[in-house]
Amino acid sequence: MFAHYNLRTPLGRARGLGSATEGLHHWWAQRLTALALIPLTVWFVAAVVGLAGSDYEQFVNWLSTPYNASAMILFLGVSFHHAQLGMQVVIEDYVGNHGWRIGTIVVVKFICCGLGALGIVSTLIVTFGV
Amino acid sequence: MVEFSLPKNSKPTKGKTHAAPAGAKNLKRFEIYRYDPDTGANPRIDTYDVDMDSCGPMVLDALLKIKDETDQTLTLRRSCREGICGSCSMNIDGGNTLACLKPIEDCKGTVRVYPLPHMPVVKDLVPDLTHIYAQYASIEPWMKNDTPPPSSGERLQSPEERAKLDGLWECILCFCCTTSCPSYWWNGDRYLGPAVLLQAARWINDSRDEATGERLDNLEDPFRLYRCHTIMNCTNTCPKGLNPAKAIADIKMKMVERAG
Repeated sequence: MFAHYNLRTPLGRARGLGSATEGLHHWWAQRLTALALIPLTVWFVAAVVGLAGSDYEQFVNWLSTPYNASAMILFLGVSFHHAQLGMQVVIEDYVGNHGWRIGTIVVVKFICCGLGALGIVSTLIVTFGV
Repeated sequence: MVEFSLPKNSKPTKGKTHAAPAGAKNLKRFEIYRYDPDTGANPRIDTYDVDMDSCGPMVLDALLKIKDETDQTLTLRRSCREGICGSCSMNIDGGNTLACLKPIEDCKGTVRVYPLPHMPVVKDLVPDLTHIYAQYASIEPWMKNDTPPPSSGERLQSPEERAKLDGLWECILCFCCTTSCPSYWWNGDRYLGPAVLLQAARWINDSRDEATGERLDNLEDPFRLYRCHTIMNCTNTCPKGLNPAKAIADIKMKMVERAG
């Protein structure tokens, strides 16, 4: 846990590289996205339950309304944004090696961005019937 | 970083058993963590049967009775024996607390006594707190002013301003909270932990201090402050009944307040 065997003073080790003077934005964004996901998730679950047994055409008709398409895009965007924020915190908690930590965070962020883009573009294609 | 296995030479083995003197009727069993780095041996768990008819009511009384009468090699920190100095913090019955404030009768069955968790051990129940003390020094826990004190010599504070320090000044730096925090276990090299953050809040909330912004700057860091995930072990375990989690939440809200 601690680098006991180097000759830096304890205070030098505690101060380390100093404060990053950031972290608020990440923390705040995590809370805001969590808050936004409460109504969006309720809406999504209600929609899935309501659409049970529907065929593809009924689903396309449902998604093609401005409210449903907007809510779906918001749900996808906010979910993946929240996911990458949360995963970053988990990785920072549990991965100690700096190289591995940064590498894993980059991979997770790329995957979340890709999946979010895929979901949003798919929604647009279905909505506009391209 | 999270550790899934114990470091080398840290798995405790079964140690010696010290029976109570013949004729003792009211016995309580204590299992105590013993470790001596000089021997190179693994730590061991020694068992002591203590005659409760000639022992004080607190766990510290039993530990000192063992040290005085049974086994002088048992090593622990203690000073005030009344919950003010914070020296005898240790893990008793699975929870961090002060041995001097923990009644033996609250422990059902065998009393298990370990040092504060996840800290390097100097010997037996004595953890190495060097890094935590350095982290405490790093928040500069003293009043910082550019304005000279008034001619009366006293920097005044209203009763309302003074009330903001309640729940903070009472902390005795026993570090029961910090060493109960999983975030501190995994990232204690950079995360300041609940005790030091509560102390930081004590100075941030002090109306007489002029370095509030500088203090917040020093804390705004993904590791120093934002490793707190409101697990709440700190508040659950504090032997003084304080709420370090709330102090940390207050610091986070101050960060929000100054940003917009």
